[in-house]
Amino acid sequence: MLELHNIRKSYGTQQAVKGISFAIRAGETLGLLGPNGAGKTTTVSMIAGLIAPDSGEVKLDGRSLGGDTDPLKARIGLVPQDLALFEDLSARDNLSLFGALYGLQGAALNGATAEALSFTGLTDRAKDKVKTFSGGMKRRLNLAAALLHDPDLIILDEPTVGVDPQSRNAIFEGLEALKARGKTLLYTTHYMEEAERLCDRIVIVDHGEVIADDTVAGLTRRLPLRNVLRLELENPPPGAWAEELAALPGIVSVRLEAAVLSVGLAELGPGSAAALGWLTTRGIAIAHAHTERADLETVFLALTGRTLRDA
Amino acid sequence: MNLTALWALVRKDLKLFLGDRRALILSLAAPIVIGAFFGFLFSGDGKKDTAKIPIALVDLDGSVLSRAVGAKLAEDKLLLVRPESEVQAREAVRKGRATAAVVLPKGFGDSAANAFFSSLGKPEVTVFYDPSHGMEMGLLRGLLTQAAMEVVSREMFTGDTGRTVVKRTLSGLDTSGVSSAEKAPLQDLLRSVDRWNAQQSAAPEKQRSGGLSLPYTLKEEPITAGSGIAYNGYAHSFGGMGVQFILFMGIDAGVALLVLRRSGTWQRLRAAPLGRRGILLARALSAAILATGILLVIFAAARLLFGVRILGSFAGFLGITVAFALMTATFGLLIAALGRTPEAARGLAIFGTLIMVMLGGAWIPSFVFPAWLQRATLLVPTRWAVDGLDAMTWRGLGFSAAVGPMAVLLGFAALFGILALWRFPFEDA
Repeated sequence: MLELHNIRKSYGTQQAVKGISFAIRAGETLGLLGPNGAGKTTTVSMIAGLIAPDSGEVKLDGRSLGGDTDPLKARIGLVPQDLALFEDLSARDNLSLFGALYGLQGAALNGATAEALSFTGLTDRAKDKVKTFSGGMKRRLNLAAALLHDPDLIILDEPTVGVDPQSRNAIFEGLEALKARGKTLLYTTHYMEEAERLCDRIVIVDHGEVIADDTVAGLTRRLPLRNVLRLELENPPPGAWAEELAALPGIVSVRLEAAVLSVGLAELGPGSAAALGWLTTRGIAIAHAHTERADLETVFLALTGRTLRDA
Repeated sequence: MNLTALWALVRKDLKLFLGDRRALILSLAAPIVIGAFFGFLFSGDGKKDTAKIPIALVDLDGSVLSRAVGAKLAEDKLLLVRPESEVQAREAVRKGRATAAVVLPKGFGDSAANAFFSSLGKPEVTVFYDPSHGMEMGLLRGLLTQAAMEVVSREMFTGDTGRTVVKRTLSGLDTSGVSSAEKAPLQDLLRSVDRWNAQQSAAPEKQRSGGLSLPYTLKEEPITAGSGIAYNGYAHSFGGMGVQFILFMGIDAGVALLVLRRSGTWQRLRAAPLGRRGILLARALSAAILATGILLVIFAAARLLFGVRILGSFAGFLGITVAFALMTATFGLLIAALGRTPEAARGLAIFGTLIMVMLGGAWIPSFVFPAWLQRATLLVPTRWAVDGLDAMTWRGLGFSAAVGPMAVLLGFAALFGILALWRFPFEDA
C-alpha cells in the first residue's frame, strides 16, 4: 500500500533522513522505531505530504502525492506527535472542523463525529471545551480527529507521549480495533513494549537510516542472547569486573546502571550460574535478581550499542 | 477549492475570536474609548471652550497707543494676554507658561504715529516666542498687525496724538529728508488729514469715523455634508481609531497563524487536501469578516453615543469598510510571512502598524504633514481608508467618492495577499 524508495531530507548541512526505504502492505501495522532525532518524524512528514523529500519517492498504491491539494491525501489520517486540537473549542467542534477539512458535511459529518467520539469514549464530553480535558482524553480526541474521514492508512506519530497507563491502554484498545477493521497503521514510537504489543513488523531507524526491518520474532532471532539477568547489587564490583564477567561462558554482554547489573545471556542456565558464581566468590551481595526475555530494547542495544531512551 | 473546508476554517476562527474576551475588549472597547477621547479633544464643533493662546505683554511705553494695542489684543477670543515685565515675560516663554511675549518699546506710540505716513523711524516691536509653537506664532503675527493698524490709524485720523503728529509732520517736512518729488503730494495728503481731523473733532462722538479697519467682514461657514449639518469630530476619531485597532487585529491574526505553525494542529491542517492557498485564504476571510464586523460595531457605538452619522453613501461606506478589512487581513498575513516567527513578526508588526497609522492620518490629520509627506502618504493604504471613511461620514460625499479608496485598498489587498502566499513559511518549523 505504501512504499518509500530511498527518501532523503536535509536541513542545511544536517541530514535528517539519509535514504530510507520500506513498504507497508494493506492491513499491516508497521512500527517505526528509533530514538529521538533518528528521523522518524521527518519520515512521517514526508509520507503525509507535509514536506517534500529532497530525493526519493513516497508512493501510495503506486502513485506519488501530487501537491498539497491531491485528493490522495484523504486516504491518509495523521495523528501528530503534538496535540493537534483547538483548546478553546469543544470536542465536537474540533471533530467537525477536521471532518470538514476532508469535505465532510451535513449528516455524513455529524455521523462521523458521533462515531469518532464513541470510538474514543468521549461522547459524554462532546460539548466540553478541550482545555478542560485531561492529557489522556486529549490524546484520545487527537486520535479521533484522524479517523473522521475513514482513512485507509493511519499514521500515528508517538500517540501515547505523556499519557497515564489507563489512557494508554484505552488508546491501544482503539488501535487494536482499527487493526481488526483492516486499517493500515504506521506507528512511530520509542516505547519498545508498545511496538511489541501492536506491530506486525518493525523498522528501526537511527541517524536517519534504516538499521533493521523485520518482524518482532525475526529481530529477536538475530540476537546473540535470549535472556537478560538483572541483578540489584548491594556493593559495587571491583576493578576490571566488566572484562572478567563478559569472558565467562554463556555471557554475551554486561552493563551496570546505578546499582543494577544487566547480564546478557546466550543460554539462561549456564550463563546465570556463571555470573552468580563470579559475584558470590568476590563477596558481592545481591539484593534482588530476576530474568527477562530479550526484547526490542535489547535488539536496539545490540544493533547500536545504545539504549533507545538514552540515544 | 474545497469550500466546505474553507468555510469550516473561517467558522473556527470566528468562534475562537468571539470566545476570546480579551480580544473582543481590545478590538471593540479600546477604539471606542480612545475614539471618544480624541473626538472630545478635536471635535471642533464650536460648542466647547477653545484653549486660548497665552501671551505675555510688555508695555515699556505706557502711551495711549501702546495701551490701546494691548487692549485690542486682550479683546481677541483666541488670546489670553497677561501684562508682565520684560524679564518675567522672557522667563514665562522659556518655561512654557506663555507661547510668546510681545514687547512694545519705549516711544512706541510716538514712533508708530510718525511712521504711519512717512515710514521713517518705525518702532521695533520684539516678540519672544516658543519655537515649538510655530503655528501660534503665525496667528499672533496676524493679530498684532491687525491690532496695531486699527489702533494707530484710528488715533491718526481722529485722536489728539494724530492731530499733533500731522501738524508736526507738516511743519517739519522741509527738514525731514523726504525727497522733493514726494514732498508736495505728502503735504497735500497731510493737509487733507488735518482738515479731516478738524471735521471729526467738530462732529458728534457717534458720527466720528473709527480710522482704518479691515476692508471686509468675515463670515465663517463650515462646509459639511449640507447646510445646517454641524461637523462631528467624533466621525474622524472613530474612523481613525477603528482603522488602528483593526490593523492590530489583522496582524494578530497573521501572527496567530505562525504560532499555530509550531503546533501539531498545523501539521493536521496541512495533511488535509486543502492546500496552502486554502489555509491562507481562510485566515484572510475570517480576519476580514471580523474586521468588517468590528468597524461596523465601532461606528454603531459612535452613532449611539455621539450621533455620528453616515451622511454620504452607505454603500460607499460599506465598500470602503470591506475593502479595508481585506487589506488589513492580507497585511497581517504579509507581516507574518516576512517575520517568519511569531517573535520577529511582532517586532515587524509594531513598526508596520505605527507607520500605517501615523502616515495614514489616524492619529493626526494628514494635512498637517509637509507637502512631500502628504504626497508620500498616498502610498499608505490607511490614508485611503481614513480619507474614504471621512468622505462617507461627515463629508457626506456620494458613492463615486468611495470608488477610488475602494480600488486602492483592494489593490493593496491583492498585492499583500500575493506576497504573503509567496513568502509564507509553509513547511514545518
